[in-house]
Amino acid sequence: MTDTQELKEKVSWVTDDAMEKLARRHRSERRFKRLGLSAIVIALVMLATLLVSIIGRGYTAFIQTTITLDVTFSEAIIDPKGARDHKTLKAASYRTLIREALRKEFPDVSTRKDLRALFGLISKGAVQEFRDLVISDPDLIGTTSSVELTASDDIDMFSKGYISRNVSEEDRRVKDIEIKWFDQLQSNNAIQTVFNKRFFTGGDSREPEVAGIMGALVGSLYTLLITFIISFPIGLMSAIYLEEFAPKNKITVLIEVNINNLAAVPSIVYGLLGVALFLNVAHMPRSAPLVGGLTLALMTLPTIIIAARASIRAVPDSIRNAALALGASKQQSVFHHVLPLSMPGILTGTIIGLSQALGETAPLLMIGMVAFIVDIPGGVTDPATVLPVQIFLWADSPERAFVEKTSGAIIVLLGFLVFMNAIAVLLRKKFERRW
Amino acid sequence: MLKKTLGLAVIATVAIVGQAAARDQIRIVGSSTVFPFSTTVAETFGNKGNFKTPVVESTGSGGGLKLFCSGIGDAHPDITNASRRIKKSEVSKCAKAGITDITEVKVGFDGIVLANAKTTAPIRLTKKQIFLALAMQVPVNGSLIANPYRTWKDIDPSLPNTKIEVLGPPPTSGTRDAFVELAMEGGAKKFPSLKALRKSDKKAFKVIAHTVREDGAYIEAGENDNLIVQKLVANPNAVGIFGFSFLDQNSDRIQGGIIEGVKPTFENISKGAYGISRSLYFYVKNAHVGKVPGIKEFIAEFTSEDAFGEFGYLTDKGLIPLSKEERTAIRKQATSLTNLKMM
Repeated sequence: MTDTQELKEKVSWVTDDAMEKLARRHRSERRFKRLGLSAIVIALVMLATLLVSIIGRGYTAFIQTTITLDVTFSEAIIDPKGARDHKTLKAASYRTLIREALRKEFPDVSTRKDLRALFGLISKGAVQEFRDLVISDPDLIGTTSSVELTASDDIDMFSKGYISRNVSEEDRRVKDIEIKWFDQLQSNNAIQTVFNKRFFTGGDSREPEVAGIMGALVGSLYTLLITFIISFPIGLMSAIYLEEFAPKNKITVLIEVNINNLAAVPSIVYGLLGVALFLNVAHMPRSAPLVGGLTLALMTLPTIIIAARASIRAVPDSIRNAALALGASKQQSVFHHVLPLSMPGILTGTIIGLSQALGETAPLLMIGMVAFIVDIPGGVTDPATVLPVQIFLWADSPERAFVEKTSGAIIVLLGFLVFMNAIAVLLRKKFERRW
Repeated sequence: MLKKTLGLAVIATVAIVGQAAARDQIRIVGSSTVFPFSTTVAETFGNKGNFKTPVVESTGSGGGLKLFCSGIGDAHPDITNASRRIKKSEVSKCAKAGITDITEVKVGFDGIVLANAKTTAPIRLTKKQIFLALAMQVPVNGSLIANPYRTWKDIDPSLPNTKIEVLGPPPTSGTRDAFVELAMEGGAKKFPSLKALRKSDKKAFKVIAHTVREDGAYIEAGENDNLIVQKLVANPNAVGIFGFSFLDQNSDRIQGGIIEGVKPTFENISKGAYGISRSLYFYVKNAHVGKVPGIKEFIAEFTSEDAFGEFGYLTDKGLIPLSKEERTAIRKQATSLTNLKMM
């Protein structure tokens, strides 16, 4: 009796010792949970810091200071012969018109130096805006109307508060006299901040106030398009063949090892390959999205093959066997059953590969896409640059106003990435099937 | 379906490459220091509407000359920018590829400044002190030892008692080359022992004068990067090395150090009084003139008073102009495509 009782007590799991052990295990679990949570929190804080600093610095890139002036579209200056043909209108000296308007606004400015500063209030890019305005509406000639003109980058920075009034004049890019003019214009309600349309529609420029991201955006699109067209079919075919048809022997093992190796090769190596193959042998044009896309396709291929193989392998064999049992050929079983089921994974892998390609600059340096290109590319053989290169070039520019443009471009790039990843999520949701 | 897409892609690629016609756009490569000026001229040139806007690549001076000297024809650039003069070895490399007619155009000066945040006193240094602060090995009591200096005060009691912390360009940069050559080598020459070494063994001297310390006092930051300016403002003890145009744009937040008693101002660099400045060039492949439209006009635009003159638009971008006489002479030489002569 006492023996059994003792035994019972001995095997009981609620001894102090056991409770102590249990508590320790619970503590350890809580600790692990807390560690995991803090890891997530740290990651989130970092992400938030990044976003806050980029958006905080970059949102001003989307707005633009303008100066409204009463401009006389003098016929004597624009089109003295009255012919109104495109060529005359294009070649006319619109700079003179802007200068006249500024002089009229500030009649007491006379010295050459001051006039130079006065004309500097308006962006150099305003001349083109003006030209486009007149060409689109020739009836303006001979009239006087108020026109919104883009302010120069220094005035824009000053207006946005990046240049302080409180530092001594010699250390300030915007001088006292310019501030005086600015205040006068502001009291006349001539200074406005508007949405910076040009940032989204224009090509690159050396004048930060007229520089736009469109050229790089289109360049990125063309490049990714080529990358996708080349790497997706080839990658998919290779994955299907290797996974479903290839015999398992030394050669396929060798190929597999090589593909895994290639996925880890630094991207600059692909740039060198691109130069050797596409520029030196195939004589394709430099700086073209075609070459960029082909080079990036080489880089993306291993990623796509690996992702596609993994998701093809994840399709249960029972599905293949069922198809074969019903008399389908191997090819039919693959294309009718395996491929549709593995598509979400393949597409996710492809989009991850393409996102990687979107962020690449190093290989593009070799093939000449790190370049100043004003015109928006109209095709895959036109010279173009891509978003990350544009960010790099702007970060490298001395003008103060390019700081906000850099952050603005990063926001656009992040938006592009979010868009691509959203597509990946959508596709996965749409095709996902459980068994 | 997929096979069809693939096939179409291949056909499209071949078709596109096949139709690549003669180039109607100037292609420029080269120095990242000349890049801001070259692009400004390119944009102005394109805006005039007579020719397409040239494509300007930032490849670095050496990389640019390599591409430039690779051959004649559409696949090769027409113009290369350089923040130093073309080397003899590069001229002979060009000649090997059949490029014997090259026009050299000097466009102006660029100063390299050592700057710190406006919140502290400006730094005053001699080239000798720069060498002592940044070289890997320095002569102490007649023998070369690993750089022992931790604070500026260690070098000279008159300097501030702060840690040596210099943010500068990486070795791939032309700015670094010029800085090392002008400032550090200039400083190294002041030591009698090194001067003697220079005479006896130039190579060994160069290794000592050109090697920057790697113990953390010199921090490789981006080249001519706006981030350096932000870092300097955040850390008033740090000193940054970059091109004059960055100082010019940020003069409300950072100040240029006084080197050998001379402030890095527009006038001082232009006069040649400031010790760390270099000339900027571009080189034109004469064989392409007439083949690619607009090259002559581009040279004319670059060398016009409106552009590289004393009040030209390039000075707004931080270019320091040449003297009036030199500009006139260069304009004449450049527009008549006078062939390069190496001294």
